[in-house]
Amino acid sequence: MTKQHPAWSPYDNNGGTCVAIAGADYCVTAADTRMSTGYSILSRDYSKIIKLADKCVMASSGFQADVKALQKLLAARHLIYQHQHNKQMSCPAMGQLLSNTLYYKRFFPYYSFNVLGGLDNEGKGCVYTYDAVGSYERVGYSSQGSGSTLIMPFLDNQLKSPSPLLLPAQDAVTPLSEAEAVDLVKTCFASATERDIYTGDKLEIVVLNKDGIHREYMELRKD
Amino acid sequence: MSNSAIDVPSRGGFSFDLCRRNDMLAKKGVNLPSFRKTGTTIVGLIFQDGVILGADTRATEGPIVCDKNCEKIHYMAPNIYCCGAGTAADTEAVTDMVSSQLQLHRYHTGRESRVVTALTLLKKHLFNYQGYVQAALVLGGVDCTGPHLHTIYPHGSTDTLPFATMGSGSLAAMAMFESKYKEGLTKDEGIQLVVDAICSGIFNDLGSGSNVDVCVITKGHKEYLRNHLLPNPRTFVNAKGYSFPKKTEVLLTKITPLRERVEVVEGGDAMEE
Repeated sequence: MTKQHPAWSPYDNNGGTCVAIAGADYCVTAADTRMSTGYSILSRDYSKIIKLADKCVMASSGFQADVKALQKLLAARHLIYQHQHNKQMSCPAMGQLLSNTLYYKRFFPYYSFNVLGGLDNEGKGCVYTYDAVGSYERVGYSSQGSGSTLIMPFLDNQLKSPSPLLLPAQDAVTPLSEAEAVDLVKTCFASATERDIYTGDKLEIVVLNKDGIHREYMELRKD
Repeated sequence: MSNSAIDVPSRGGFSFDLCRRNDMLAKKGVNLPSFRKTGTTIVGLIFQDGVILGADTRATEGPIVCDKNCEKIHYMAPNIYCCGAGTAADTEAVTDMVSSQLQLHRYHTGRESRVVTALTLLKKHLFNYQGYVQAALVLGGVDCTGPHLHTIYPHGSTDTLPFATMGSGSLAAMAMFESKYKEGLTKDEGIQLVVDAICSGIFNDLGSGSNVDVCVITKGHKEYLRNHLLPNPRTFVNAKGYSFPKKTEVLLTKITPLRERVEVVEGGDAMEE
């Protein structure tokens, strides 16, 4: 038998971790800024968070080229929406659009793991979490990417959310204040960076509330 | 007895049948458990009065860091140390084994161990195992014939060099050596260059990280600088801390002792001769 060459793959994994937490009147979305492949760092300052609408941001990890293509497509679709309706898309609408966009490529998926954070029509924080082919759910908090297995159990412990099966439906938003949520996110990333080699360099935090949007940064381990 | 001509291999040497079996199983999708690898940057250089070895302290298992502060500079003899990269169990086992052989050899001869002795024992072992013992080593020491530095590859080939690097961070570290190394470095210059090379590995190679270990060996003296540099402190600690509520409810505290099934009789019959 001749030796088989490893098949060429259209996909790469560029690592990275994303977290989003929804509160009563705010939404915190965060991601590290490291982009890597294999054992190499490609960039220490690459933003994974993009603003899709006035009250909607998306954090994505996975394969950077697919993420870029997905962001471009969503931006174009949002522009068409603005021309047709003369308003910004709401976060729940963007959530559905993202799901449809991902499922459209069901058999050659975008290799991207997304969380969508924003404010809904009542001004409440909302988080949507996705898999690569568009299965999605509105939740109170979520984590995606290479460090998600380290962060998610900690969030589950700190922010236990009500079962989505309960009737009447319960609010999934977390009881924390905005400052507490930001501190929780910082702890998540400082800890994930200790143990996940693909998370590090810098943390970018985007806070959405009634005053608008603001970004802040925190240094992470660089090794 | 009757089939021995078929069962027993006709020639000497090791049997690698199990390795072939493992390859076959892996191809069919039965994968072995993953081992702890030391992704690793390890280096060594010769300076004016001896040898300096250096290593990072991260051990990984896939993308997860399983030890943030492990020791990769292993003791071989009082005047010889050895940095190890590869599967952690292999580097530890092979250095321990050879270090024990060297100790026995010293008892037998009453002389200091030589670096070439360690080198020969290591390469013989690794060659015998055809690369299946996954240890890449940087061996350094000072003996009666002067300072020596060697690298040993998993298949058993060796190099003798004035400066050497190994592991996944070897390219990053070698970049520093190639640009800054010169003959006759002082001790302080040598340590600084080793630290720069290890840091280059720590920051540019994801398999390497955490702290810098250094070992300086000179004639009749050695200095093991464990955690010589700590360039990666934790970046955030919540001032308020976190509580983890105990959620498991205690339902029962009664303890039922196990009833003895066998009665032991003292002073039974004595056993037959």
